[in-house]
Amino acid sequence: MEHLALDALAAFILLNAVIGMVTYVTLLERKFAARMQSRIGPYRVGPHGLLQPIADALKLMMKEDIVPRAADRWVYNLAPIVFLIPCVLIFATIPFAPRLGLADLNIGVLFFLAVSSLEIVGLFMGGWGSNNKYALLSAMRAVNQIISYDLPFVFAALIPVVLAGSLQMSAIVAAQQGLWFVAYPVIGQLGFVAFLVATLAAENRVPFDILEAESELVAGFRVEYSGMKFAIIQLGEYAHMIASSFLGALLFLGGWLGPGSDIPAIGVLWFLLKAMLVFLVVTWVRWSFVRIRVDQILAVSWKLLLPATLGLLLVTAFWVALRGGAGA
Amino acid sequence: MVFAFAAAVAGALIWIPHLIAPRRLTAVKAQPFECGKDPIEVAEGRFAIKFSTIAIFFILIDIELIFIWPWAVLYRRLGWFGFAEMLVFLGILMFGFLYIWRKGGLEWE
Repeated sequence: MEHLALDALAAFILLNAVIGMVTYVTLLERKFAARMQSRIGPYRVGPHGLLQPIADALKLMMKEDIVPRAADRWVYNLAPIVFLIPCVLIFATIPFAPRLGLADLNIGVLFFLAVSSLEIVGLFMGGWGSNNKYALLSAMRAVNQIISYDLPFVFAALIPVVLAGSLQMSAIVAAQQGLWFVAYPVIGQLGFVAFLVATLAAENRVPFDILEAESELVAGFRVEYSGMKFAIIQLGEYAHMIASSFLGALLFLGGWLGPGSDIPAIGVLWFLLKAMLVFLVVTWVRWSFVRIRVDQILAVSWKLLLPATLGLLLVTAFWVALRGGAGA
Repeated sequence: MVFAFAAAVAGALIWIPHLIAPRRLTAVKAQPFECGKDPIEVAEGRFAIKFSTIAIFFILIDIELIFIWPWAVLYRRLGWFGFAEMLVFLGILMFGFLYIWRKGGLEWE
C-alpha cells in the first residue's frame, strides 16, 4: 500500500514537472524565434514575459469549446486525450540522473519508441472525427509521414543500442562514460544527424509540417478544435518534442554525464542542458528552413534515410565486432 | 500510474472550461470550417491509393524490425556470427526493397 502511494506521488510529481516544462518551453521557443527575427518576443506579461505561458493557459481555458455539428462527437472529444496520454507516458522511462526516474525499464528505448508512435492514433482520431476535409487530409498526410519516418528513427536509435548492448536507458548512458556516442568517428555524427531529421519528421516540425501547411490546410488536423482541446493537442506536441530531445540527449550526448556529474543535482543540470540544446537545434531548424513537398518528404525518408541508417547500423555492427564484441 | 494521471489531467483540462467558458453556439459557428463560404462538401469519399501503398511498405519493413531489436541487444554476444546473419537477412530484405523502388512504388505523382 505504501509502495503504491509512493508510486502515485512520483507519477504526480513527474506529470507536474512535464506540464510545467512544456508551458515554459513554449515561452523559450517564442523568445528564441523572436531573437532570430530581431524581435523581442513576449515581454509585457510579467518580467521579460515570464508569466506569458500562464496567461495563455488561462485565456485558453476561458475560451468557448465549439463542437462542430458535423463532427463525430465521441471520436472528436476523445482525440485530445488519446493524443496527450502517450506523449506524457514516454516521460516515465526517462532517467534524469542515476536512479532518478520513474521506471528505468530494461526495454526503455523500445518502450519509448513504441509508446511515442501511439500518438498517431489520437492525431488521426482528431482528423477523422472533425469531419472536415482539411482535417482529414492533414491526418492522412500525418499518418503517411510518421510511418515513413518511423523506420529511420528506429534504425538511428538502434545505433547506440548496438554500441551499448542494452535497451536500458541508464545502461546506455553508462556505456558512454568514456566517450559520448556522438563523438564516435563518423557513425556517431551521422547517426545523430539522422536521428534529428527523423525526430523532426516524427514531430511534424518544419520542414516536415505538410500536415498543417497553413496556406493549404488552414491548421491541419486541429482546425476544428478550440479552447482547451486545442491547448491539450498543443501540450501533447510539445511534450513529445521535449521527450524526443531528452531521448537524443540520452542516446547520443551522454545523458547526465559531464564534469562533476557524480553529484546527482549537477547530473540533472547537465542532462537538462543537453536536452535544451537538442530542443534549440530543432527550433533553429524551424525558423530557418522552408517546408518541403510531400513527394520530397517521402523521397528523403525511403530513398535516403532508410538505406543510410541501415547501412550505418551495419557499419556500427561491423565496428563493434571488429573490436571483439563477442563475450565483451 | 502515469497513464492514469495523464488521463485524469486531460479529462480535467477538458472539463474545466465547461465551468468557466462561455457557451454561445450559433448555427454558423457549428459549421465545419471553411474559408469564408458555405462548406462545399463534407470530408468523406475516396482517397488516393498512394497512402495505402506506403502503409503496406511500412508494415513489410516494420515486421522485420522486430527481428532487429533483439539482435541489437544481443549483438555483443553474437559477434561475427550475428553480423553475417544480419547481412544475409538485410540482403534479402533490401532485395525486396529495391524491387519496390525499381517498380516505382516509392514515387509520388
